[in-house]
Amino acid sequence: MSDNSGGNSARDVWVTGIGLISSLGEGLDAHWQALALDEPRVGSVDTEHFAPFPVLPMVPLQLDKQIPRKADQRQMEPWQRLGTYAAGLALADSGLAGDLERLAHMDMIVAAGGGERDVVVDGQILAGLGGAENPDAFLNERLANDLRPTLFLAQLSNLLAGNISIVHKVTGSSRTFMGEELAGISAVEIAARRIRAGGQGEQFLVGAAYNAERKDMLLSLALGNTLWQGAVNSVWERANAGGGMVTGSLGVFLVLESRESAEARGKSGYARLGPVLSGRSRREPGQATAVARGQIDALRPELGDKPVGLLSGATGVAAATLEERSLLEALVAEGTVGPIRATQSLLGNSLEAAFPAQVALAALALSRKGFYRPADPTGLELEATDVPTQILATSWGFWRGEGMALLEAID
Amino acid sequence: MGKGKTRDHLGRPVVAVTGMGVVTSLGQGIDDNWSALTSGKSGIHRITRFPVDHLRTTIAGTVDFLFDEVPRSAVLTEKLAELAAEEAIARARIGTPGDFPGMLFMAVPPVELDWSVKRELYEGGDITTADPYDRMIDSAMTLNSADAYEYALYACVAEKTADRFGTRGAPISLSTACASGATAIQLGVEAIRRGDTDAALCIGTDGSVQAESLIRFSLLSALSTNNEDPATASRPFSKNRDGFVMAEGAGALVLEDYDAAVARGAEILAVIRGVGEQADDFHRTRSKPDGSPVIGAMRQALGDAGIGLDEINYINAHGTSTPENDKMEALSLEAVFGEHVKSIPISSNKSMIGHTLTAAGAIEAVFSIQTIRSGVIPPTINQDVADPSVTLDVVPNVAREAPVSMVLSNSFGFGGQNACLVIAASPA
Repeated sequence: MSDNSGGNSARDVWVTGIGLISSLGEGLDAHWQALALDEPRVGSVDTEHFAPFPVLPMVPLQLDKQIPRKADQRQMEPWQRLGTYAAGLALADSGLAGDLERLAHMDMIVAAGGGERDVVVDGQILAGLGGAENPDAFLNERLANDLRPTLFLAQLSNLLAGNISIVHKVTGSSRTFMGEELAGISAVEIAARRIRAGGQGEQFLVGAAYNAERKDMLLSLALGNTLWQGAVNSVWERANAGGGMVTGSLGVFLVLESRESAEARGKSGYARLGPVLSGRSRREPGQATAVARGQIDALRPELGDKPVGLLSGATGVAAATLEERSLLEALVAEGTVGPIRATQSLLGNSLEAAFPAQVALAALALSRKGFYRPADPTGLELEATDVPTQILATSWGFWRGEGMALLEAID
Repeated sequence: MGKGKTRDHLGRPVVAVTGMGVVTSLGQGIDDNWSALTSGKSGIHRITRFPVDHLRTTIAGTVDFLFDEVPRSAVLTEKLAELAAEEAIARARIGTPGDFPGMLFMAVPPVELDWSVKRELYEGGDITTADPYDRMIDSAMTLNSADAYEYALYACVAEKTADRFGTRGAPISLSTACASGATAIQLGVEAIRRGDTDAALCIGTDGSVQAESLIRFSLLSALSTNNEDPATASRPFSKNRDGFVMAEGAGALVLEDYDAAVARGAEILAVIRGVGEQADDFHRTRSKPDGSPVIGAMRQALGDAGIGLDEINYINAHGTSTPENDKMEALSLEAVFGEHVKSIPISSNKSMIGHTLTAAGAIEAVFSIQTIRSGVIPPTINQDVADPSVTLDVVPNVAREAPVSMVLSNSFGFGGQNACLVIAASPA
């Protein structure tokens, strides 16, 4: 599906606010420091609680700063707290926090997985089922007695959006997309399309959150043998050694806004969000490459004459990562793509949040007029020499879904 | 923007409905459902899918006629969607089998590993592993089952549906709780208005009645416990209503750019004239006491449609049969329509099919269109004790013949979701 972003500059889409929290830190300065200035390394890694899988936990947060009421905090599971917190950061960053007039018309698209299960209750029930005279009746009894009502609300996918409405007063339209990385791609894409169209919204809050410290999610991912075991290294190294992803906690929200709306309130943006392209394939060999090739071709008229820096959303899962690598090598060889960085080498995969985070990091780099440091001993990621004016962000989901966005500097 | 010339009052392409399909506990297909609905028949029954020991609610509108064995929730959810979409696409006569020329917007319930799967993994695991989740994880990696894996993913049902029908672009899986079905239609309307696509397949589907889902709603005191006579348990707007009845089903609509549909000779079943939405910031399960977000969503939908209050001649209520929803909805309708509300027939399909949750908005859009096309308004059944605080004409107990050309369909959900559709017989 094409996304013609050219033509009407008043309808340009600007990134005017970013809230980003992860295992690397809180806020844009912390991420710039960790990814662009310091020697690249992962944040703290939890190799113990979720063994054999390493996970990248969220840095400690002072939740009160963005979720002032304890009663609200108690009504949320961790993933919702991360998202609500990141949304608050994004709104504050864009200058819209507390602007009730505008927030009442702000549209929201959240990409979400599902709620977190009470693994203790689940475990007790599973352990008891075997010895129960009537396992089904036992299951009913235990669920009725042990489930907490608030848990159910935390388990509804749209309750991150619901909590953002309650805590931050964003009360325009509220849409929640589900479905791993592709949900995040579609969220950014549809927000951008609605802004460009005119008449379908001026200011959008778009993002997601993922809590990696969850055995219920690790179980689902383990069903596909998608998870990396062992020391956390780059996605390219992992792909060469059997493959696997490392999940990382992350919360990210973007304020996307029409240029005219931003300028009318005296706000500049981190970057201009160009075309956002989503695609799908059944992931037979070569199919994802064909989708991504089509996306590159669709973007080509917008690309400048020098090779464009690229943030790859490669997960480390072998087949897709190796296939994306081959494509990127070809694009580098033909001079289309310049320096490449795989953000998940350091941040881990945050599923629904992965693509919005890519967009956030691309916008950050453009605004800081620099690029991130290579973190790849396999030789794909090379030093950057030029100040980027455009950055491509890609995301190939660990199962399905291929997305790409072009971001450009505002000058 | 679309290539044709037909535009609405805001200069936007007009969105036509050219196909629709439905499955509920009343049956498969529009004909069976419609004859049951218009004769006031209930699809609510005692639950036989799983034992109901220790459950406060033992009734539901499950769809039990599709599988011999009890299917996993995601499998049933996918099958319901498939049947509704097949009917919709066949009616629209669009594309070729496996090649639907448009996008897919699909409301699906949040995914969880069924207890049957968890039990299998646990029992297949190493008994010396102390932590139950570690034991299931070991077992999961050994099992190495693509089927178990894929149906544990949130994208799965929409991806499989996109595979089956050959829809274009990335499918959208969405969840806005009990407003989801309406949201799927809104997304399709917006995409066609933008000119992103000439056609959209919009589906709401829900096959998630399981012991745990039932218990969760019970813990919120949201469900009716009128178990003795299942057919009379769902009593929207009546004084003795005591909660909703969980149910399953799917509704599917083929939406098209009006001119594109006319150009290919399609039959225009209806037009989606307006959509409206406003989030509520009051509480996770309760509406703002003054109803302002619900009122705002209805007014937005009417404004988006560019019509006057007197042009609505039927309201397909959300009408869940919970004390809270129906009170709030009645109050909000009175606020929007004023005295005039008493002259508008309002009914709740949920009195017969129960609350189909994620699917409700799509199923009820299908029934709203059928109401327009047939000139028969399905009743709100189980109206034995009127609620004196509700002064609406709820079309009690018996279907009514009346010309209907413009419908307001309401959908509200936990998490402050409020979505409204205005559905009309024709573009203007």
